[in-house]
Amino acid sequence: MRSGKIEKIWNILGSVPDPEIPVISVVELGVIRNVEYIENEYIISVTPTYSGCPAVKTFQDDIKTQLKKNDIDNFKIDIVYKPAWTTDWMTKETKQKLKKYGIAPPEKIIECPQCNSKKIELISEFGATACKSMHKCTECLEPFEHFKCI
Amino acid sequence: MQDLEKYILRIADSSLILSHRLSEWCSKGPSLEEDIALSNISLDLLGQANSLLEYCGKINGTKTADDLAFKRGEREFFNFQICEQENGHFGDTIARQFLFDSFTLLFFKKLSESKDEILSAIALKSIKEINYHLRHSSNWVLRLGDGTATSKEKIQNSFNKIWKYTGEFFEMDQLDLKMLDLKIGVNNNQLKKEWDIIVNDTLKKAKLNRPEDGFMMTGSKNGIHTELLGKILSEMQYIPRAYPDAKW
Ligand SMILES: [Zn+2]
Repeated sequence: MRSGKIEKIWNILGSVPDPEIPVISVVELGVIRNVEYIENEYIISVTPTYSGCPAVKTFQDDIKTQLKKNDIDNFKIDIVYKPAWTTDWMTKETKQKLKKYGIAPPEKIIECPQCNSKKIELISEFGATACKSMHKCTECLEPFEHFKCI
Repeated sequence: MQDLEKYILRIADSSLILSHRLSEWCSKGPSLEEDIALSNISLDLLGQANSLLEYCGKINGTKTADDLAFKRGEREFFNFQICEQENGHFGDTIARQFLFDSFTLLFFKKLSESKDEILSAIALKSIKEINYHLRHSSNWVLRLGDGTATSKEKIQNSFNKIWKYTGEFFEMDQLDLKMLDLKIGVNNNQLKKEWDIIVNDTLKKAKLNRPEDGFMMTGSKNGIHTELLGKILSEMQYIPRAYPDAKW
């Protein structure tokens, strides 16, 4: 059971957007692993998406700012590595949000987010950020990004 | 320095120095896609190095990850010499990367079974990333090797030149043996067989010849490097050394 205060922290975290994909929150991204209250302190366990993801530092700062804005000062952010972050933690709703935003969600079969065609070509294994690859739809010819399954 | 610290530095330094090398490609890649790919791989390696150096700092108790990256001299770095070798042309970079990726994938797989929980967690996380790196580098080995006569000749030369730096991957010294005994470390020597299979298989598919295992460079486990490392450090460490109190 989550206490009222812990529930409140989850809600605040739910309002912190992913710095690179602002339509989803850090909670939806799956990087917040746990919130606990230990010895007068809230411990927020965060796991990085990719080891070198530059957004990790940004969203930690964003989390701190949001919590302080809500008068919560007694917290600590703990970085955890195990279990390693996986796109399996994203819910269906989150994947829908990505698709609406124009990013093909992390699924084994990639569909064009514009026209739903499955006829696509890989442009590059690496996109603008480590978590995405670049593709092209051969039906509507639109290029798009795909959130890689890891 | 504790044994465990030195053992972690050896792993971290290879990622850190190769990351720096790859970052030199940024804005100079042969195509936009490759520019982005090499920069992303560089970032992954930097992230891996950072996790390891932070852990090392924690064990040490007095140093931060930044202290370890920016305030050590050449002889205190333990990266494999292959990581400090020059980028050369794109084929040189790909040959170096492919040999490194195929080794580190096997190494981290074993390290993920370490009794040290943090090392095992960092290894598990890194494996996912290295799988991607290896896919990228081996695809390029195939394309360049089985490409035009020029690309084939060039990358064959790249492999011939870099080959003497692969012997270090499989060395085991007293410290490695001790870490292995404690079930913390990896038996690098045992990885050779599987590495040979991956490398031989890819080179064969790429219609390239595997260079002979002749003279092999050695020394990085004791901080002995080629002259290239000093040049890397002078660039990488310049700002923190010139302005020690500078904050971002
Ligand atoms: Zn389409």
